[in-house]
Amino acid sequence: MLSRQEQPNPSAAAVQKLRLRYAKRGRLRFTSHRDIARAFERSLRRAGVPMAYSQGFSPHPKVSWVGAAPTGVASEAEYVEVQVVRRVDPDTLRHALDAALPAGLDVLEAVEAGPGTLAERIDASRWRIELPLVPAGRLRAAVRALLAAETVPVQRLAKDGRKTLDVRPAIVAAEVLEEELDTSSTSVTLLTRSAMSSEASTTGEVDNLPQRRKDDSSATSSRCGILMVVVRQLTPAVRPDDVLSALGVVADLEPPVPAMAIRMEQGRLDDGSRLIDPFALDRRLIDRAPVGESDGADGAEVARR
Amino acid sequence: MVVTLVGVSVESVFPALETLLPRVSKPVQYVGGELNATVKDWDSTTVRWCLMYPDAYEVGLPNQGIMILYEILNELPDVLAERTYTVWPDLEALMREHHVPQFTVDAHRPVGAFDVLGVSFATELGYTNLLTALDLAGIPLRARDRTTDHPIVLAGGHAAFNPEPIADFVDAAVLGDGEQAVLEITDIIREWKEQGCPGGRDEVLTRLAETGGVYIPRFYDVEYLPDGRIQRVVPNRDRVPYRVFKRTTMDLDEWPYPKQPLVPLAESVHERMSVEIFRGCTRGCRFCQAGMITRPVRERSIEGIGAMVRRGLEATGFEEVGLLSLSSADHSEIAEITKGLADRYQGTNTGLSLPSTRVDAFNIDLANELSRNGRRSGLTFAPEGGSERIRRVINKMVSESDLIRTVSAAYAAGWRQVKLYFMCGLPTETDEDVLQIARMAKEVIRAGREASGRKDIRCTISIGGFVPKPHTPFQWAAQCHPDTVDDRLRQLREAVNADRGLGRNIGMRYHDGKPSLIEGLLSRGDRRVGRVVERVWRDGGRLDGWSEHFSYDRWVRACETELEPLGVSLAWFTTRERTETEVLAWDHLDSGLDKEWLWADWQDALGEQEQDDCRWTPCFDCGVCPAMGTDIQIGPTGRTLLPLTPVGGDSPVR
Repeated sequence: MLSRQEQPNPSAAAVQKLRLRYAKRGRLRFTSHRDIARAFERSLRRAGVPMAYSQGFSPHPKVSWVGAAPTGVASEAEYVEVQVVRRVDPDTLRHALDAALPAGLDVLEAVEAGPGTLAERIDASRWRIELPLVPAGRLRAAVRALLAAETVPVQRLAKDGRKTLDVRPAIVAAEVLEEELDTSSTSVTLLTRSAMSSEASTTGEVDNLPQRRKDDSSATSSRCGILMVVVRQLTPAVRPDDVLSALGVVADLEPPVPAMAIRMEQGRLDDGSRLIDPFALDRRLIDRAPVGESDGADGAEVARR
Repeated sequence: MVVTLVGVSVESVFPALETLLPRVSKPVQYVGGELNATVKDWDSTTVRWCLMYPDAYEVGLPNQGIMILYEILNELPDVLAERTYTVWPDLEALMREHHVPQFTVDAHRPVGAFDVLGVSFATELGYTNLLTALDLAGIPLRARDRTTDHPIVLAGGHAAFNPEPIADFVDAAVLGDGEQAVLEITDIIREWKEQGCPGGRDEVLTRLAETGGVYIPRFYDVEYLPDGRIQRVVPNRDRVPYRVFKRTTMDLDEWPYPKQPLVPLAESVHERMSVEIFRGCTRGCRFCQAGMITRPVRERSIEGIGAMVRRGLEATGFEEVGLLSLSSADHSEIAEITKGLADRYQGTNTGLSLPSTRVDAFNIDLANELSRNGRRSGLTFAPEGGSERIRRVINKMVSESDLIRTVSAAYAAGWRQVKLYFMCGLPTETDEDVLQIARMAKEVIRAGREASGRKDIRCTISIGGFVPKPHTPFQWAAQCHPDTVDDRLRQLREAVNADRGLGRNIGMRYHDGKPSLIEGLLSRGDRRVGRVVERVWRDGGRLDGWSEHFSYDRWVRACETELEPLGVSLAWFTTRERTETEVLAWDHLDSGLDKEWLWADWQDALGEQEQDDCRWTPCFDCGVCPAMGTDIQIGPTGRTLLPLTPVGGDSPVR
């Protein structure tokens, strides 16, 4: 029998912490945070990343998440931290992990972690919410009403019944753009186009389905309103759905087809409504590091690629 | 079929589906995009298969049968295979409202556009899901109403050994292993299409029937006796054989599938990759349809297993490998396999599991190899019967002392939780047989506390209702009425709780006996039961394998409406014992088992006589090998696994 002291599965200690920014695009926006966490863990294994593990009967790779866009919401700015038992070059990690992840979960940046936590560098998000078939003028009026209000309580359907939440305090800034959108699909924007093509490219054999769909003569185009909104992260979190509900409350705005939201940016609010890149501090440290300090073996590995 | 669509592209329904997804639960299950999924160009293929597992995505995706056929078919340059699963009622309602047809998850193509819709039935409770999919696909429910514009609806899987309850809804059924069958069917369809589809749908179905290995229900007539029993089942045209034989894939090493297992984004019921280490089982448990219809035993070699594990882990990144079979510890080289794999994956946090393990074949060395590199999950054993007597009846020859010895060793080695599976409602069963389960569980706790020196160990007893299945010695047995099953389970619970000191460490999991009775109706039903399936479906029956959707009353009502005017009933099909001379609905479907041997084994069961395993004792003439031209393929080979660089070894970040 094992004593309590003799823990099974000893793991080597972590020697390096890396931070990643990744995107959740196209149809992959329907993944939940748990789905993404599982996909990441498997991809880290497939990519051969020398992960650090927790101890005990159920060892888990050391991966920590910072927030997560809700199921159904796309994002260009999700953040995660991983710990490894041997030093790796951040850019090599980024490429290897991106190749191992399903298309639509795309690793965009990797940095070695500097001091402090990632969580303390993030307190707001910038969202882009596309509202097909909603004219920009109509949307602009609704947004003006939202910004003019002092409180905008909305109902949210939770597992344990309806909850009321005030959206207004979370809204830092909002503006309305107008763009040409293909209304045969709510997902078609420049940002999602590349991810949608994953539909036909899994084996790399054929990649012309989505193009064919784009050329579909039945597709119609119209100008539609796009809401760009900076939302402060409060507890409970105000999500894009809540912002839309708020537009319903203040201006009876009901999108005729489901809106699509994309998180464009996360970071710390500056004095105005701009967000400071969470990696800015980490990158500054790397820039200051003397050339040749990084592990020589890593350089060789990169060269081999 | 796509006869009328040649040269016309089939559009993805995704744009229409996508607007519905924000309104349904777990939308990720409908978007596809799994790692290792394949999407091919529609127009550059000739024969197109849609493979369906008729249950929710989370259950269907890990299915090995579908994954194997998906890969084998997609490896052919002019063949395309995609997958579809049962949609939940929330999406079904929206699809009907917005005219979105049943779609594949790979390229979201409409199911109705494929040449073949192959449906793998692991359980009969998926029958109503077939009707939902057909209806959503715009395919007529009844095979006889279909034209060359519709796919050939083909049933496979274990339930296809008696497809009579769905005979009206399927065009064809294949019994047994699918690897070679799908290739032959593909060849026949390809040739017929290249010839310009001579003779239409009837001709291609006749060509399939002529092989002797594809059953076309429509080409057989069933005649009944005045008392409701079947008089005979006969072909109603030339070129169609009297009996249809099952398919057997020999030499598993030649079929190392799946090579690239699918990895879903959504959570599924099996969060691991699986390697089938052997197929077939000759333990001879009399209740076990799988063990009867998959004979003979065919082992994959130790090197074949090692290569599949390596390739699979590289392709998936899973952290657990299930060594799959009907009784995995029975592989002739299981010790070498588990040790070899544990050595290879030392230090990689890769767990091994044997999902199905016999108590007597298990030992503590095996347990330690299994837990060396990964998580120590619970151990599960299946004594199936509580008393020695009932275990002789069902031919599950494990002794209580074997069980106690094994679980003691497991608790001593650090496991805290042991799960035991039993059945209730077995032939000849008495209350006392079931109450013995409580005694056995308490013995396990006592022995476990002593072996581990701890009080907090647990034992969970999980009890399923027994359902008599076709092609087993119990195919003649009367199914136990759900009221009796429920009463015995109530007594068992009281017996477990009677002793608080031990009972608090014993968990008990069971369901009421009613779904089992309906499964029994569908398992041993004939074509008349098809009316019940359709009635239930029309009355709203969906996802019958899920307790929150299953309605016993709906099935009982449908049986009254549809069967009683024909002079038969739910009870007639389930709780009635059959006689030796009765023609069974599946007698014309040949599993290789000699019906006389099955009857003799049934009589042995009633006499509490055991039957040995032909892997270690002489052949007992079940009939399969001579009838099918097959033979047992087992080791030991005496070979071992060589060390290798584990998964990710040649990675740039290694």
